[in-house]
Amino acid sequence: MAQIVVQDLRKAFKVAKREAGLWNAFRGLVKREYTHVQALDGVSFEIEEGELVGYLGPNGAGKSTTIKILSGILLPDEGICQVMGRIPWQERIDHVREIGVVFGQRSQLWWDLPVIDSFELLRDIYRLSSADYRKTLEKVVDTLELTDLLEVPVRQLSLGQRMRCELAASLLHNPKLLFLDEPTIGLDAVSKLVVRDFVKTLNEEQGTTVILTTHDMDDIEALCSRVMIIGRGKILARGKLKDITREVARERRLVVELDGDYSKEYIRSQVPGAELVKLEGKQAHFDFDPARISPPELIANISARFQVRDLLIENQPIDEVISRLYGELHI
Amino acid sequence: MRDGIRLYLRYVSMSLRSQLQYPASFLMLVVGNLAITGIEFLTIWALFSRFGSLGEWSLPEVALFYGMVHMAFAISEAAARGFDILHRQVRSGDFDRILLRPRSTALQVMGLEFQLLRVGRFAQGLVVLRWGLTSLKMSITFAELLLIVAAIIGGGLLFSGLFVLQATLSFWSVDSLEVVNLTTYGGVETAQAPISIYRGYFRSFFTWVIPLATINYFPLMAILDHADPLGIPHWLSWLSPLAGLVFFVLCLQVWNFGVRHYHSTGS
Amino acid sequence: MNRRAYQAIMRLRFMLLMQYRIAALAGITTQFMFGFVKIMVLEAFYLSTTQPQPLTFQQAVGYVWLGQAMLRLLPWDGDGEIQALVRSGNVAYELCRPLDLYSHWYARAIALRVAPTLLRAVPVFLVTLFVLPPKYALSIPTAGGWAAWILSTLGAIALGCAITNLINISMFWTISGEGISRLIPAVVIILSGMGVPLPLFPDWSQRLLELLPFAGLVDTPARFFTGQLSPTMIWVFLARQLVWTAILIIWGRRLLARGLRRVVVQGG
Repeated sequence: MAQIVVQDLRKAFKVAKREAGLWNAFRGLVKREYTHVQALDGVSFEIEEGELVGYLGPNGAGKSTTIKILSGILLPDEGICQVMGRIPWQERIDHVREIGVVFGQRSQLWWDLPVIDSFELLRDIYRLSSADYRKTLEKVVDTLELTDLLEVPVRQLSLGQRMRCELAASLLHNPKLLFLDEPTIGLDAVSKLVVRDFVKTLNEEQGTTVILTTHDMDDIEALCSRVMIIGRGKILARGKLKDITREVARERRLVVELDGDYSKEYIRSQVPGAELVKLEGKQAHFDFDPARISPPELIANISARFQVRDLLIENQPIDEVISRLYGELHI
Repeated sequence: MRDGIRLYLRYVSMSLRSQLQYPASFLMLVVGNLAITGIEFLTIWALFSRFGSLGEWSLPEVALFYGMVHMAFAISEAAARGFDILHRQVRSGDFDRILLRPRSTALQVMGLEFQLLRVGRFAQGLVVLRWGLTSLKMSITFAELLLIVAAIIGGGLLFSGLFVLQATLSFWSVDSLEVVNLTTYGGVETAQAPISIYRGYFRSFFTWVIPLATINYFPLMAILDHADPLGIPHWLSWLSPLAGLVFFVLCLQVWNFGVRHYHSTGS
Repeated sequence: MNRRAYQAIMRLRFMLLMQYRIAALAGITTQFMFGFVKIMVLEAFYLSTTQPQPLTFQQAVGYVWLGQAMLRLLPWDGDGEIQALVRSGNVAYELCRPLDLYSHWYARAIALRVAPTLLRAVPVFLVTLFVLPPKYALSIPTAGGWAAWILSTLGAIALGCAITNLINISMFWTISGEGISRLIPAVVIILSGMGVPLPLFPDWSQRLLELLPFAGLVDTPARFFTGQLSPTMIWVFLARQLVWTAILIIWGRRLLARGLRRVVVQGG
C-alpha cells in the first residue's frame, strides 16, 4: 500500500459574514449570518514512500486543509485518509512522532534563546535518546552549516539562517514524512538554493517523503518529480509538471532583435503563424505553437522580411504558465 | 509522569531565561505587579481605618484571607499563563504546532510561558499574610502551617482550572473570554474578604460551583477556630485543599473535550 | 485638527468595538460583578458601625456604580499605536505631517476613552437607575446635580486625556516610560476613587487627595451625582480640574518637544 492514501476527502467550514459599514456592524450585534465554505470537495490521491510531491493551488484552494488532515490536526467530514497505515487524527500521538512539519511563516524556535536550547527542548519532547539525538544533530548541523549559529539567539538570525534552523528542528526526530509549507517564502536567492539543495539531498539520500506547498515555481521545477494542483477543493490536475503545463504552454517564445523600427501593425501583417505579444523598441516577442509552425520555418519567414540582428527561443516563464493554467482550470 | 515533569521543568527554565534577558525591564514589571496588586490591600486598610471592623472580622484576620487568595492566584497566573494566552495561539494558528507534537497538549500549553513577574503579587500576599499572623499573636502548629500551604497550592490549582476553562472557550469564540474574568479576577476580589459577608446566590456560587471558599475561608475557620456561620464542620476544613485539585482535574477533562472539538472544526 | 478627521477616528473606534459584541456584553457583566462585590463589602462595613460617615451608604452605592460606568474613561494606559510609534523612533515621520502632534494625539485620546465608555456606560446607567432594588440602585440626582455631573464629567475627560498624552510621551524615555506605564494604573485606581470612594479615606488624607489631579477623574463627578457635593460647588471643582488639565497639557507639550528633539538628534 502507498504511504499516503487519500480517498474522497471532504471538509466544510462555517464562516461568519462580516460586512462593511457602521450600520452592518450594529446589525451584527443582533444577528450574525454564516456561510459554508467547502474547503475540500472530494480529494483523492496516493503518494508512495520516497516521493517528492509538489502541492499547488492559489490561496484558499484547500492546500492547508489537506495538509492539516494529513498531519492529524484536523478531522475531515467524510472520506478516507491513511498515512503509514494509520488514520492520523485517531492515533495523533503515534502519527506525529513520525512526521515533520515546517511552516515558512511561523517559527517553532524560542525567540530570545540560542538555537541549541530549542533543539534540546525538542529532544525532550520527542523523548530522543542522547545517542540518537547527537547523531542526527551532527548530521543536520553539518549539511545545513549551522555550526556557528547554534549559540546565537534566534532573534539575531537572518531569515535565511532561521529557516535553516527551522528545517533542522523539524528533522531532529528523523521523520519519515516531511511537510514543507512555503519553506522559501521571503528568502534571498542564496538561502533559497541552500534550502532546495538540502531538501533534495534529504529526499534522495534518506528516502524521506516530502510534500511541498509553495507559490515559488522555481522550487517546484527544481525539486518535484510530481505535482498536484488543487482548486476550489478539487484536484484538477496531477502528474509531471511538464506534462501538465504542456497543454497550456504548448507555445514557445521567440525574441527577435530587429535592425530598424517597425510598427506593431506592420510586423503583424508580415508574420503570420506567430503572435506578437510585445514590442520593446527593436525587440519583438512572438508566441508560437511549434506543432503548427516549426521554429526553422518561422525564423526563415522573419529573416526573409526583416533585417535581424539576433534571436532567441525560450520556454514561457513558468509563473505565467501556471497562472494561465489556473485560468484554464477556472480557479 | 517523571518524564513529563522533566519536560515541564525544561520549559520553565527556558521561559525564565527568556524573561531575564532584559533584567532592568523585568525588574520594572515585578515592581509594577507588586504595586498594582498591593493597592488592593491599601483599599482594605483604608476601609478598616474608617469603620473599625468588617462585621465580626478584624483587619489582621482579613489579612489572612487576603494573603492566601493572592498567593494562590499569583501561582496560577504564573504557571497557567499559557492557558491565559491560548486564544492568541489559536487565532494565529500556532496552536497547530502543539498538536503536531507527540505530547500532552495541556503540558505543552503550560510550557508556553511561566510568567515570573507574578512574583510581585505573590510577595505582597506573603507579606500581608505574615503581618496578619504576627499581629494576631497566635501560635500556629506545624499541621496548621501545612494546611495553609496546601490550601494556597489548592487555590493555585483552582484558579488554574479557571484559566483552563477560559482557554477551552477560545476554541469556540475569542469574544467571550472576558466572562471568565468574572471568576478569576472577580474571584480574587471576592475572596479577599471572608465569604460569609456576601449574600444568597452569590455566596453559594463561590462556595459550591466555583469553590473559592476552599482556598481560604474553610481552612481559616479551622485555624482561627471560628464557628462557621455557614455550618461547615472543622474536620471538613482540613480536606478543603483537595477541592482545588479535583476542580483542576475536571477542568482538564473539559479541555480535552475542547481539543477534540478543535480537531473537528479547525476552529 | 479638522472635524472630519476627528469624526473618522471616532467612527473607526466604534466599528472596532462593535465587532466584538460578546466581548462588550462580557465586559458589562464584569463591571456589574465588580460593582456588586464592592457594594456588598461596603455594606458589611457600614453595618459594623453606627457612627455617621462622610458618605451615606446610599451615596457610596451610587459612587461605586458611577465608577463602574466610567471605568473606561480612566487613563490607565497610553494609546498603543502611538506608544509603538514612539518606541520604534518612527515618530520622527509624524513631524512631516501638517498638524500639531500634541493636539492630534489629544484628539485620539478622546476617541480612545469616550467610544468604549459610551458603549459600556449606557447599560450600566439603565440597569442601576431603573432595574435594581432601591437599596442597591443609583439614585436620580436633582437637576442641579445632573448639570454639575455633566460639567465635571467633561472636566474629567479633559483631564484624563491630558494624562493619557503624558503616558504616551513618557515612551520617549524608554525605560522610565515602561516603568510609568506599569505604575500608573495603581496610582490612578487608588487616587481617583476607583478603588475606595475617596471620602472614606482617613480624614487626615482628605486635603492631599483633593489637591492631587486624580480626584478629578472619578471622585468629583461621582460626588456631584450622588449629591454628596452641592451643585453650587461645581465652579470650584471644575476650576480645579481645568487648572490641572492646563498644567498637564503645558508639561506634556514641553516634554513632547524635548522628546522629539531627542529623536531627531539621535536620528531615530
